[in-house]
Parts: sequence; C-alpha cells; structure tokens
Amino acid sequence: MLAFLIRRILQTVPTVLAVVLVVFVLFSVVPGSIVSSMSDDGRGAADPQVVERMKKQLGLDDPVYMRFGAYIGKLATGDLGTSFRTREPITTMIAKRMWPTLQLIFAALTFAIAIGVPLGFVAALRPGGIVDTVSMVVAVSGLSMAKFWLGLLLMYLFALKLGWLPSFGYGDGSLKYLILPAVTLGVSPMALLARTTRAAVLEIMTADFVRTARSKGMSETRVVKWHVMRNALVLILTTMGLQFGALMGQAVVVEKLFSWPGIGSLLVDSVLQRDIPAVQGSILVVVLFFLALNLLIDVLYGVIDPRIRYA
Amino acid sequence: MFRTMAIVAGLGLALAATAEAQTPRKGGTIRMTAPYGSSFTSLDIHTTQRAQDEIYAKALHRSLYIWNSTEGKPVLELAKEHVVSGGGFVHTFKLRDDAYFHNGRKMTADDVIWSYNRIMDGTKAYPGARFVRVIEGAAAVEKGEAKEISGLKKIDDFTLEMKLTEKVDPGFYFFNALTSIYPADEGAKESFIQKPIGLGPFKFVEHVPGSRIVLERWDRFYKPGKPYADKLIVSIMGEAAARDVAFRNKEIDTSVLGPAQYVAYQADPGLKGTIVEVAEVFTRHMGMNPTFKPFADKRVRQAINHAIDTDLIINKLVKGKAYRATSWLPLTSPLYDKAMKPYAFDPAKAKQLLADAGYPTGFEFEWTTSQNESWGLPIVEAIIPMLDRVGVKVKVKQVETAVLAEVIRKGDFQAYVYSMATGPDPQAALKCFYSSTPQSACNYTSFKNADFDKLIDEAGQADDDATRDQLLRKANALLYEEAPVWFFNYNKAVMAVQPWLKGIQLNATELTHQNVEDLWVDETSPAK
Repeated sequence: MLAFLIRRILQTVPTVLAVVLVVFVLFSVVPGSIVSSMSDDGRGAADPQVVERMKKQLGLDDPVYMRFGAYIGKLATGDLGTSFRTREPITTMIAKRMWPTLQLIFAALTFAIAIGVPLGFVAALRPGGIVDTVSMVVAVSGLSMAKFWLGLLLMYLFALKLGWLPSFGYGDGSLKYLILPAVTLGVSPMALLARTTRAAVLEIMTADFVRTARSKGMSETRVVKWHVMRNALVLILTTMGLQFGALMGQAVVVEKLFSWPGIGSLLVDSVLQRDIPAVQGSILVVVLFFLALNLLIDVLYGVIDPRIRYA
Repeated sequence: MFRTMAIVAGLGLALAATAEAQTPRKGGTIRMTAPYGSSFTSLDIHTTQRAQDEIYAKALHRSLYIWNSTEGKPVLELAKEHVVSGGGFVHTFKLRDDAYFHNGRKMTADDVIWSYNRIMDGTKAYPGARFVRVIEGAAAVEKGEAKEISGLKKIDDFTLEMKLTEKVDPGFYFFNALTSIYPADEGAKESFIQKPIGLGPFKFVEHVPGSRIVLERWDRFYKPGKPYADKLIVSIMGEAAARDVAFRNKEIDTSVLGPAQYVAYQADPGLKGTIVEVAEVFTRHMGMNPTFKPFADKRVRQAINHAIDTDLIINKLVKGKAYRATSWLPLTSPLYDKAMKPYAFDPAKAKQLLADAGYPTGFEFEWTTSQNESWGLPIVEAIIPMLDRVGVKVKVKQVETAVLAEVIRKGDFQAYVYSMATGPDPQAALKCFYSSTPQSACNYTSFKNADFDKLIDEAGQADDDATRDQLLRKANALLYEEAPVWFFNYNKAVMAVQPWLKGIQLNATELTHQNVEDLWVDETSPAK
C-alpha cells in the first residue's frame, strides 16, 4: 500500500507541472493584462506612465520563459507569488477563500448523497415502477438544469415568496446562508448519483453471486445489504469522487450568483482582471485538491472491496 | 462652477424632497451593493481606480476635497480654507484640526504630505499618481530623483502649501479616493492592507473577500451628528438578477439597474417609486482611427454620424437608459451646450458626404467591440444594417472589456465603441483631444487639430473662469464639427433605492459613490 501511495503521489508531479505550464502559457498569450483591466470600467483612462511603471514592477515586459522560470522557482519553495490586484500573497488570498468553498462543496455533496443514492436504490429495486419513473425524471431534469437559472428559481421561491431563507451572501457562515447555494450546486451531482446508483444496483442484482446468495436462502434484506449495496458502492464512490472535483469547477457560477466568498469567485475575478498569479494559484489548488481526492478514492476502493489489491 | 443638471425621475425627486424635509434618524444599518461584477480589488484604495472599490472607500477614507452632488463640483473636505496666490499656482490649505483617524490620532499636514509622497512612489505605480503629478516636484519623486515632493510645504500642523505646475482647480485632482489621506505611520505598516485606517465616517470592521465589507460608525467623525447610521454593509452583487431578488426581498437598500430592469421597475407600480436617475459624466461613442484612410476624412466621420439612427437605438435597445449625445461634453457638464443639436439621422446626406469624400460605393471597416449591453455588441449589431444602407460594411471584432481598453490604448483598431469618463472637469475631458496628448493616455482617435489646440492652450492660460469656459465651449463645438467619434449617448445611471433609505445624492460622477455620512434609514428599515 505504501509503495502504491508513493507511486501515485509521484505521478501527480508531471500532472501538476503540465497544468502550471498550460495555465501560464495560456495567460501569456491571451490578450489583455492587469494594466488594461485597470480601466475596463471606462471610468478613467489608465495613466500611461503608471501603466509603464506597473508593467515593469510586475515583470510583464519580461519574456515568457523568464517569468515562467521565476514562477517555478518560487513555486518550488511553496511561494505562490503575490496578487497583481490586491498585492497580497496568493496563499493568504486562497486561505481566506478555501473554507467557504469547502463548506459549499461538502454541503452540496451531502445533499447529493442523501437524496441521490437512496433515490437510485429505491428506483432500482422496483424498476419501471412509479418511484423509478418519477426519480429518473427528477434526475434527468436535475442534470439538464442550468445552475444559474436553478439558483434564481430557488432564490425566488425560498427567499422572495416563502421568506424562509436569505437570497444571497455568506452572513455569519451559518446554515441558513448555505442551504440555497448548496442545493443549487448539489442538484446536478444528486441526479448523477441517482442514475449511477440505479444502474449499478440493477447490474449487481442480476449478478451470479446475488443469485447464489438468494438460492442459498439469504433474506432479501441481507442480499441487498451485504452483496448489492457493498458492490454498488465502488461505482458510487467513483462517481462521488469525480463529482467532488467537478463541483470545485461548478462552484464558480454558484459562488458568483450567491455572492459566496469562495475560490470560484476568486478565480473568475482573477481571470477577468488578468491577475495571473491568482489564477495560477487558484487553479493549482483546485488541481491538487482533485488529485488528492482521487488518491483517497483509490485507497477507499480497497477498504470497500477487499478483492481490490494494489501491486 | 460645475452646474448640476441631474435628471431625476418624478418619484425619485419626491423621495429626495421628502428626505430633506424629515429629521434624520440615528442608528440602523445601511445595506448598499457593489454591482460592478468583481470583488473589491484591495483594501489599499491607493492601488485601485475601479469604481467598485470607491463605493466602500467613500465610507472609510477621506481626501482633501469631496464631490458635492448638489453643487455639482468638488468642495473642500479635509481643509476649512483655501487661498490661491502666486499667479494661480500656489494653494494654501488651512486643514481641519478636528479630523481623527480611526485609531484616534489627529490628522495633520504631515499625513497629507506622507500620503501624496506615497502615491508618487514610482516603484509601486499607484494610479493616483496621475492626479498628484500636478504638484510641483511630484514627477521627480515618481522618477526616483527626489525623496519628497518639493511643491508641498508644511507651514504648521494644520497649514499646507501646495504649488502646482498648472493653473487648474485642485478640487478636480484631489477629490476621489485614489488620493485619500492615510495616517503616516500606520499606513506604512504591512498590517494596514488587512485592517485599513481612514478618516471617513465609518471604520473598518470586517472584509469577507468576494462577499462584503462591514463598517461601523466612527464616533469622532468631524461632521457633528454624522454619520447617522450605526453600521454600513457593502455587499458585492455583480449579478443583476440576484440583486433584483434581494432588492424585492428587502435584503438590500440599493440596487443599480440595467436597461432590462429599468423597464421592468418602471412598469411595476410597487417599484417605480424606488427609481433614482442621474446623467453621469460618461460619453459613449464610436472612435474612428484616422490612420484608416476613410476615417481621415472629416466628411466620412460626419457621414457615419448621419447614417446611424441614434435615437432609435437609445429608445429600443438601451431602453431609454441614456441621453442622446451631441458633442463630447456630457449633459451634466457645466459647459454642455443646450443649443447644440445632435447630428440628424439622414442617410441621404450621409451618402452625399461619402460620395464627396470619394467613397460613392462606401467601404468596409473593422469595428472592435465588447459585449456590453449598453454600448457593445448589441448596439454594433443594430447599426450594421444602418451603415449598410449607405454602403458602409462592418466587420465585427469582439473582445473582452479589459482587452478592449488595451486595444484602444494601443491604437490597434479601425473603429471601437466605448464608454469614457468625460467629466467632471471639462478641461481635462477636452484635453483628451489635444494633439500632444498621447493615444495611450486618452487621445484614442489621435486627434490633431491646430485650432483645437489653440483653444485648449488659451483656456489653460485664462485668468478668469468666464473666458476659460467660453474657450472650452468653442473647443467642444469644434469637436462636434470634426466628429472624431460617433456621438452616441451619455450614460443615465439608474439605481433603485428602498423607501426607508434617505439622503441619496445624485452623484453625476458615479451614482453608487455616496457620501454615506448623509444617508440614514428610517424606522421602517427591516435591518437592525
């Protein structure tokens, strides 16, 4: 297991380097820079002397390879650089945004698992029945709905019409502020989990070992609990892991809509204002998070299904 | 000097008038919104010139001058008296002796000098340098040739002498947040950026990046009895639809409206009364690059102005949320010429002008635009068939707004459409067409006209306001004739304001920039 872990961790190095390189090159070739974004609200033209000084100060006139070399050098020491916009260390900026994003993703995933997995299970136990039909309609709708539109719909219903929840903001970080953004973000993975669970359970229900268990006189509850559920979990877990990573990306829209102070809104603002160090730092954190999670899922496979062994 | 021509919706006026008549209530929370998309750039307001950031900065910081929306001009804020001498170049300020920073220390002339020196630190590239540079010796500090601005002299703790390089009104240079006065010692500390200290009516409590800033009343603010509210929350809400729900749900007190919402709010009897409007000092226009041969000819530029049905676009596409532009200076400028008529929509005349210029069958040009709903792609798309009618073909080049700013600054276009600040200082706005003003500064159309230059030069040397104003009016009229741009519209800023929030000022420089010490909420506000 230890050898496996070391090998997997080493495998992430080229992935991270490739991501860093792609993001760096991409933002070096796309038009616009932090200095042009200074006056993008048309309020006042940026002063040419200030622009030139800023370019020099930020090293924007240096060749790409020099800037990349300097960046990698700093990265190797754990320094993600300083934001062009706020002039704060990127690590400080990301640290402030990390917890709200994690809160949001955990809440969304909890919602998705709590609704999606039982829904898929129940649907699979009675395929073609009313629960199956309704749950799959809900699942397809959940997958198809645009998050922006769904978020507005939820705001309208639960904030404006019913007055149960605040429509936006982080407030004091309490649950009432979290519910609407988390549900908005969680509907899509909920739908996916419902469909995946249903498919996995249906497949396992017809497997030889399930038929054998039943023929040995095992009760249906035990069959489902010990054989179906456990085997289905591998696929469900994979989906959950992938969704967790995907939610980091999808949170961008939800965070902007609900004024949620997470990594997603930091990333959008940084891209629009060409704050390259902040963009690189944010993407790097998201990628590292995704890789760490995948590693964790791989380890969990072995726990859930002892037949899976790592060479 | 600077005359307000703020245009207010009927009920908006009633709202303001009622507010005047009532006694301001102490206490409560004001909940404003920062609607311009992104997070606050920085808590160091010297580093950012974005309109979004000045919303909170107006509460936290103060500058030597402040914009007075009623008078329509900058007025003294941190000084009580201002004496001009030395042929109009030397300005002596008697500073307030009752202005305290949020750490309890009294402001002195040293803080003003320190702040202006900081802004001129060339290694930091603070955007406010463009304003402070007008002080003698400031440029030397920026270049690293001097440590302190020679044109600033402390007479005593509360008297400051400022020698300028130009005969200008310093109010226009030192009223916005880019030139805020920081506490000299604390401002130099690293921690300042995390917990800023200012002279404003509210002190810093909390910043949740990407979400909100919370401030609370500064009890030692120098204006007696002000601010009225206990607390101010500025929430970042870039999405108009989300803002709309929050406003209707009474979670926020102000919301900037776009064209679509403007129509919806006007049509809703429950919301119509919340609308406040002002003509802001921004001129939307299509700039034409004279290095592209057809645009070098004045007749072609005039033809473009005649070929476009501007009123139709303003009414149908911008939903009436703009005022028709005549020339460069906007409606709220003191030098706006009411008698001047905008270019008439006259395709036949446009065709004739094109023929006279040697383009009887028209020509094709590339038009660089952003996606902006009020002055971007939707507008360009509506104009394409209008220009096509006179034989002019358009090839659209779409870019992001941030990229557009760079494209324009570099002159890398045949034509662009943009919104540009054309005030509050008419002299500065017109100087953008002065031949020696670099394209990268604001002479985006590389305009060169000897008569225009002469008028600007004479205005700069004029000793009395009346003469200067007359010369600048002539310069504005000359721009109309030369038509370096298609004069599209002047922005109509529209904000919805909850009925319990009183004291909203019709700020023509930017409606969201409120002197928050004058705002108050009555007892019907749902916020505690």
